[in-house]
Amino acid sequence: MKQKISALLFGTALAFCASAAVAQDKNIKIGVLTDNSGLYSDLGGVGSTLAAQMAIEDSGLAAKGWKIDLISADHQNKPDIATTIARQWIDVEKVDILMDVLNSGVGLAVNNVVKEKNSIMINTGAATSDLTNAQCTPNTIHWVYDTYMLANSTGQALVKAGGDTWYFLTADYAFGAALERDTTAVIVKSGGKVLGSVKHPLNSSDFSSFLLQAQASKAKIVGLANAGGDTTNSIKQASEFGIVAGGQKLAGLLLFVTDVHSLGLKVAQGLNFTETFYWDLNDGTRAFSKRFSDRMKNKAQPSMVQAGVYSGLIHYFKTLEAMGGNVHDGAKVVAKMKELPTDDPLFGKGSIRVDGRKLHPAYLFEVKKPEESKGPWDYYKLIGTTPADQAFRPLSESACPLVKK
Amino acid sequence: MQALYAQLLVGLINGSFYALLSLGLAVIFGMLNIINFAHGALYMMGAFCAYFLLNLTGLGYWPALIIAPIVVGIFGMILERTMLQWLAGLDHLYGLLLTFGIALIVQGVFQNYFGSSGLPYAIPDELKGGMNLGFMFLPIYRGWVVVFSLVVCLATWYLIEKTRLGAYLRAATENPTLVRAFGINVPRMITLTYGLGVGLAALAGVLSAPINQVRPLMGADLIIVVFAVVVIGGMGSIMGSIITGFALGVIEGLTKYFYPEASNTVVFVLMVLVLLVKPTGLTGRAA
Repeated sequence: MKQKISALLFGTALAFCASAAVAQDKNIKIGVLTDNSGLYSDLGGVGSTLAAQMAIEDSGLAAKGWKIDLISADHQNKPDIATTIARQWIDVEKVDILMDVLNSGVGLAVNNVVKEKNSIMINTGAATSDLTNAQCTPNTIHWVYDTYMLANSTGQALVKAGGDTWYFLTADYAFGAALERDTTAVIVKSGGKVLGSVKHPLNSSDFSSFLLQAQASKAKIVGLANAGGDTTNSIKQASEFGIVAGGQKLAGLLLFVTDVHSLGLKVAQGLNFTETFYWDLNDGTRAFSKRFSDRMKNKAQPSMVQAGVYSGLIHYFKTLEAMGGNVHDGAKVVAKMKELPTDDPLFGKGSIRVDGRKLHPAYLFEVKKPEESKGPWDYYKLIGTTPADQAFRPLSESACPLVKK
Repeated sequence: MQALYAQLLVGLINGSFYALLSLGLAVIFGMLNIINFAHGALYMMGAFCAYFLLNLTGLGYWPALIIAPIVVGIFGMILERTMLQWLAGLDHLYGLLLTFGIALIVQGVFQNYFGSSGLPYAIPDELKGGMNLGFMFLPIYRGWVVVFSLVVCLATWYLIEKTRLGAYLRAATENPTLVRAFGINVPRMITLTYGLGVGLAALAGVLSAPINQVRPLMGADLIIVVFAVVVIGGMGSIMGSIITGFALGVIEGLTKYFYPEASNTVVFVLMVLVLLVKPTGLTGRAA
């Protein structure tokens, strides 16, 4: 009997030791998968890696005995390359979490890999709202923005202001299609009409043909369902072809601060669009952005995608700390991340919904006139805020299997 | 029907860039036998050169049209002297690999310093605005691009095909030893020719700066199409590359109207068809 008890005790002790050893694993490996060389590299790219580095430093985990590794790679905006890297990172490099993963085509492809391997993706760059809708998984969190929220905020505001007929210039891949679809829904719901659309190949340099078609449609609003260099070239060439002078209005549905910087205020002034982060929003964002731009080679301010990398990692670190260690179980960590409220100086207080959607307010901005700007990177005027609970697709409309109805 | 006219005109505008770039390629290939993959990077350098001239020295668009091609042309001649000349007589593949590598390095360096979204460059005041042609609103700047590049293309063609200097050049490619025997400095002539081809690329870069953003990858996006133009027109044929440049711009413009999704593939489909039917290109002679 005595022997039996001691054996039992020994066994329990052993089991306890084992579980303690697992819980005390304090190694984290982060992979920033982004566009380091192509048309989106200014809004993600090395800036995203820098944001991740800053999150690691600010978390103070190193002083508490944690060991955090950071690697990054260029997915070249190609889903096949991205999934190959993701598999290698998760299987061989033992990466715990994938950050950024901009480009909707890439984001959706990596989404599947991350679920299959029970890893984690905090997507801060892809726009498609499908990541938290039909394609949602227990392993993915969509952090910064999505097509539904852009359409909802910008689309609604423009229709309300009288822009009730639209013509779309749409980038011909997953993102453009999602953005056009979501915006069309909002326009129709608000009483507007879509007169037509033209799909252009990703990374086009000349938009004059497409702009002429938009001009001929006589629509009041020319909606640009594209991003990065495609959007800046469309805007620049639209002004050349007298689209705005002719009475039509441009709606850049997805614009980043880096795009406005590259266009210059002379061309960009008066554009309305939506972002969830702007460096000059409050003291918290200014302090972070100052530190960020000091470390950027071209002194750029952070885009919302890069800010999202920082914010997402801060929450991830908090969650792991609360769990007492890294369990290397994607779904388990993400579930815990959804339980805890988010709070950081960049996006303020927020939460993560059951479908993986991070909630925070959306800001409608207008680009300043050149004479209103006080210096470099002083570009936006805040003209409206949609509260966190109304900015994104309501769960009642969700097709995500994780949402119980 | 009106829309169609407009698309034809827009096609001509794009065609003028194709023509200028493919002309430079054709000159370089015809005279040096080098497939110049660095052409796109040099085009981009032309645009950046215009940007720097404006922002560092205050020199505007018009001086840039002259200075940028010269500066980039000199850069090209240095490339030719220090690297390309050693590849004369070797397989095409070596020149292709070397220039491709140069293009990657140049683009990488620019991207490292200037990011990917590009820099603004405004249309010069004299060419701002547009006119209403009835069927379309034609920005004056675009009209200028078509006329100017047409003039440059024809002048280059005249220089090479109709002048004494051009005759020396063509003779030097045909039989360098014999031409040298007449007391003509062939290596220097080849260097200058490369400079001319590169200068044409830089000129196209300056022309496009006010239309597109000045971006490190602006050439990389264009160069593949331009190579297809050269292949369709016939490698090394000067007039062929000019005509195909404009023609393909128009065909691409029409595709953008009728079936926009295919607009960046149509050129390559044509290339395949031409290669199947006439492997030397439309105006090329059998080697």
